[in-house]
Amino acid sequence: MNHGEENELTQTFDIQGGDFAHAGSVSTKIKEILKEVGIDPAVIRRASIVAYEAEMNVVMYAQKGTFTLRLTPGQIHFRIEDEGPGIPDIDLAMQEGFSTATEEMREMGFGAGMGLPNIKKNADRFLISSLVGRGTMLSVYIFLRPEENP
Amino acid sequence: MSQYYYHSIRFDTEKCRGRMKCMRACPTKAIRVRNGKAMMIEERCIDCGECITVCPSGAIVPLTDPFGELTRFRHTVAIPSPALYAQFGREILPDKILAGLKKLGFDDAFDLAYTCGEVSFAIQEYLREYKGPKPLISNACPTVVRLIQVKYPDLIDLIIPINTPREIAAKEIKQKKSKQYGLAEKEIGAFYITPCPVKMISIKQPAEKGKSYLDGALAIADVYGPLLSAMEGVEKESYRRALESICILGIGWAMVGGICRTLRLRNSLAVSGLTEIIKVFDDIERGKLRNIDFVEAYSCTQGCVGGSLTVENIYSSYNKILKLIETLEFEKIKACPDIREVRKLYAQNYFFLERKIEPRPLTPLDEDLSQAIRKRREKEEIYESLPKIDCGACGSPDCLSFAEDVIMGKAQLTDCLFKVPQKFRELAEELIRLFDKSVLVNQFSRSPEKDDKYKKGKE
Repeated sequence: MNHGEENELTQTFDIQGGDFAHAGSVSTKIKEILKEVGIDPAVIRRASIVAYEAEMNVVMYAQKGTFTLRLTPGQIHFRIEDEGPGIPDIDLAMQEGFSTATEEMREMGFGAGMGLPNIKKNADRFLISSLVGRGTMLSVYIFLRPEENP
Repeated sequence: MSQYYYHSIRFDTEKCRGRMKCMRACPTKAIRVRNGKAMMIEERCIDCGECITVCPSGAIVPLTDPFGELTRFRHTVAIPSPALYAQFGREILPDKILAGLKKLGFDDAFDLAYTCGEVSFAIQEYLREYKGPKPLISNACPTVVRLIQVKYPDLIDLIIPINTPREIAAKEIKQKKSKQYGLAEKEIGAFYITPCPVKMISIKQPAEKGKSYLDGALAIADVYGPLLSAMEGVEKESYRRALESICILGIGWAMVGGICRTLRLRNSLAVSGLTEIIKVFDDIERGKLRNIDFVEAYSCTQGCVGGSLTVENIYSSYNKILKLIETLEFEKIKACPDIREVRKLYAQNYFFLERKIEPRPLTPLDEDLSQAIRKRREKEEIYESLPKIDCGACGSPDCLSFAEDVIMGKAQLTDCLFKVPQKFRELAEELIRLFDKSVLVNQFSRSPEKDDKYKKGKE
């Protein structure tokens, strides 16, 4: 199918590391957009969890980052890039329960080591790359046409 | 997609002076001001009543029933919300209030707090067995149920399927009375004495699309005056004896936190006020509150005592209920249903909703996803060109809603005050262009003469 001429919506949001007061606002905006265009509620629920966990990772660990939503009739794509410490061992970070969260973050209910596994679980396609000392890039796809789900 | 929704709120266009207070207060952005008059977008309204409270012109009218409705029935029963008990001084207890209601013309008055107590037990039973996704959400407030149907359709399965005390009580009363008096159930009128207009729609158009067992709702504000005089003649029970008839589990349903108090071993949250509820629901959507078992949410601040049709100051009435509970605790008075009886009824599905509540998400920007995405992008582009100060002068509640109204053809870009100078400039440019054109035309039209002159001159 030719997707080249299809309608597309791209929006980029900035995320400030350490700004817990506004944490979650990006995922709320994304959720609103998905509702307005009429995405299936079950898909919105998955996308909301992915967006929120990814946003929180930037808030908790990085200095700053950007969250790009690219929406086409075939898929929801999130690309989250941050400037931060990076992840030395991605396989380890992908394990449920593994966390480098501080005591304060845990007090606030974060850092149960479920963030990345949760994102992967709710995504149809999940890519992660990281450079220690530079930052992390996440690319997550949720497909809207079941037949395209590989 | 268009569907008729019953609403318990009407806009009186004669009285409306277009002051936009309702439009700004509306939590679901369901109000627009067009041609100086407020109007409602029906699918967006969740009947919370915020607009009624803020309207300075008295142009927004809650639709509750007048007293005259009682004459339609052979036998009538008043079922007051426990919030009614909070409207009077500390000495006036439920027994006197119920007696007063009978003097007003009801054949009987029923204490709903007792049923609330039963339902509290039923919720406990349900939570004990429940293994699905959490938290479960209370359905006591019809506005909250509608908020979920409209704005959080993905949370619909979290609404607890236990029926509300008012419906259970009305059903029970009709069955009992019809046997007792040999009347048909439809000859018995069950009237809820309501603290808010939204209960009216939950009667006329229940969220689960079934039929309500209640026949109408009278506003506390309408009943208050007559009831106050009716109670004057009521003989007073001793304070202690009057206390002994109050169900401590149920009385708390009048205020936020009342249900949670009865679920002590559970990890529950109590929240009131729509802005706060929206924050909590956003967190639930993000999967943040999975460790919570139960959320009790009321659209009115402090719960039903804060309803727009109540009389007493919200904090005084909240305090009255709280003090009453403390007194009952101190005196060790329970007067509650027998939990073993409740368990029996529970096993017979007595407490369950008869139908499933379905979501009613807002109509998307377009039925076709591709077109919807295009419109959403255009909406963003328009929004980016707006001042983003949400002044509302255009008649839409904020710049983002205005951008959507323009995309959907329901408003003109030039309705924005800030677009007016730009429009002037465009008009001015258009005028200059026309002017230039006209000069050109003049030159042309004059040129033959010139040519003539020139020719003549040459000659």
